[in-house]
Amino acid sequence: MLTGILLLLYYRPGANEAYESVQYIMTRVQFGWLIRSIHAWAANLMIFTAFVHMFSVLFLKAYRKPRELTWVTGMLLLFLVMGFGFSGYLLPWNTLAFFATKVGTEMAGQVPFVGKAMMIFLRGGPEVTGATLTRFFGFHVAVLPGLVTVLIAMHLFFVQRQGMSVPPKIEAEWIENPSARREMKFFPNFALREMMAWYVAMGVLGALAAFFPWNLSTKADPFVSAPAGIKPEWYFLFMFQTLKLIPSKVWFVDGEVLGILGCSMAGLLWMLLPFFESDKAGRSKAWITGLSVFALVYVVGMSVYGYLAQ
Amino acid sequence: MAILHNKYRRFTAARAAALAGLLALAACLGYGQAVNSCLDCHSAQPGRLEVTPEKFSQDIHAQKGLTCVSCHGGDDSNYDPDQAMSRKAGWKGKIDRKQIPQLCGSCHSNPAYMRTYNPSLRTDQLDQYHTSMHGKRLAAGDTKVAVCTDCHSVHDLRAPSDLRSTVNPVNVAQTCSRCHSDAAYMKQYGIPTDQFAQYSTSVHHDAMVVRGDLSAPTCTTCHGNHGAAPPGVDKVQNVCANCHAFQAQMYGKSSHFKAFQDKGLPGCVVCHSNHGIHMPSDAMLGTGPSGVCMKCHTPGDHCDRARADILSNLTQLDGAIKQADQSLRLAESSGMEVSEARLSQDQAVDSLTKARVTIHTFQPALVNEDIQAGMKIASANQKAGQDAMVERNHRRIGLGICLIAIGLMLVGLWLYIKKLES
Repeated sequence: MLTGILLLLYYRPGANEAYESVQYIMTRVQFGWLIRSIHAWAANLMIFTAFVHMFSVLFLKAYRKPRELTWVTGMLLLFLVMGFGFSGYLLPWNTLAFFATKVGTEMAGQVPFVGKAMMIFLRGGPEVTGATLTRFFGFHVAVLPGLVTVLIAMHLFFVQRQGMSVPPKIEAEWIENPSARREMKFFPNFALREMMAWYVAMGVLGALAAFFPWNLSTKADPFVSAPAGIKPEWYFLFMFQTLKLIPSKVWFVDGEVLGILGCSMAGLLWMLLPFFESDKAGRSKAWITGLSVFALVYVVGMSVYGYLAQ
Repeated sequence: MAILHNKYRRFTAARAAALAGLLALAACLGYGQAVNSCLDCHSAQPGRLEVTPEKFSQDIHAQKGLTCVSCHGGDDSNYDPDQAMSRKAGWKGKIDRKQIPQLCGSCHSNPAYMRTYNPSLRTDQLDQYHTSMHGKRLAAGDTKVAVCTDCHSVHDLRAPSDLRSTVNPVNVAQTCSRCHSDAAYMKQYGIPTDQFAQYSTSVHHDAMVVRGDLSAPTCTTCHGNHGAAPPGVDKVQNVCANCHAFQAQMYGKSSHFKAFQDKGLPGCVVCHSNHGIHMPSDAMLGTGPSGVCMKCHTPGDHCDRARADILSNLTQLDGAIKQADQSLRLAESSGMEVSEARLSQDQAVDSLTKARVTIHTFQPALVNEDIQAGMKIASANQKAGQDAMVERNHRRIGLGICLIAIGLMLVGLWLYIKKLES
């Protein structure tokens, strides 16, 4: 967020200025390259850690009653974080970002009934233009941060209210043997460890920024054709590859529409997952663990496949 | 016997019914098709007399509604050969080669008539043809020269825009070569027959055939089509100038222009050749096998020194651009942002191209102006690449210092936690 605010000092949203302003940040502004590279790398790592957090919550069964709403707010935060990535990706107004946004918003346009209106709303018109850029800038710096702030507050409130979840196996051990119970004070013990993690993250981000500064590529030109083999950012790759594998027609339904509806439905059901779990122990809980393993393998496998595919 | 007779009667009846059916089918298939007794006979004629309906249907004239009668006269509705091809019916028979241009011109030189088919089509082909070497020789009685049908084909004549047309830009050279590369056929004219072989190796052929650039020159671009004639020695420059305007302007003002004229040398062709024009290179200014200057100039003279000076400067700029390119590539591979320098690299390349054009002034000072402009940009770009690499190293040193500080902080925190929890 801090790097975003610093970038705002020089960034100018607009089809004629955005690319040049980012170029200026990267070449002329003192430590501009560092701020932008850390911003971009941190954004990617944030999405990665959000996924890791989601799967760890899933495998450690931290979503179970009474923490359903913590899970729901967490899932909404994951979607918003991906929205941050999608909206921020367009802001440098370079070729890849332009076409990725074109493809991404076109996919939104495939949703039955509301798709077309949604696409025009996202683009600010029928095509990806400067209007889309200013709109995405608005989402990225105002709408999404506002929503995320509220949701983080709710998420933390639920965590605070219900305390940290203890995995069922460990909880059972503690009940059996109360002397085995190991807990830590938030302050100073946990806070100091958290500080260490922050320092490690800073080191990693600094190294990534110094060794792999975030590329700017060429300025977007709406009149040229899309580069061959264009792909979305890595966190959308598993969905992109899924849509690519679905045939153009499945029975009488358009394959792309089916894929988008399927992905949307899967996301919705995933968010409501805790509500499907039974209170009773046994098979009803095992299927969620199986589904989680499948989801993890699917997301990782499809992402790797999408990355390697031509 | 009676049984046999009955069987025979049944067979005859069946045959009559089948024949009637076939006739009915033939009538149905033929319904709506215009009668053309010429094609009916000529589709079965051997050799050059054979004209099938399939072949004639490809002809642009047939597609526009013209028939055999339009050129050959006669009566194509009559199936009696004697009447269909009678002088009374206006039959002209095989058109004499000498008469072909005139016959084609009877329509194609009539603007009012041609406008009804294609208002944009020129109608000066016959007049042009009369001015051509082909036309002049035909008028002098030489029937070996090309007439309309030799180039455009006959009975399956397609529009020039059709890729299968013999006069489509891609096929023109091949069409001309049918006569001009035939040494035996061209023997009496005493002109070379290697034009097509040379053109096939040229940069123009490469542009036209390999890269599919239909605006690239072929035979007719330089020689004209209907008014085809070799450009005179003093006109070569004008032919090349149609496309290479800057080079021609500069050459026109240069010392070589007058010198070549005085000696009767054909301008551009002296250095660049005519049909086998290869991609020009700086080596043309050298003294090696590709060098052209020393074919006329004496080693060590004023012009030789100027040549060496220009070549040295061009080589220097070319090298500087390559070095800058390498420097920028290295910076880019390290993730450094050098897109501005990368963009201005194009300006350096433009300066080199401009200098190579300015060579046609044959004035080292003018060429040097372009070279210096390019050198300035290339040097700045090379410095941008080097600066980016210095900056990259600074970043890594800075990172190293930060990582040491972070490491120390982590160790301190870890020890503090240990102490706190002990």
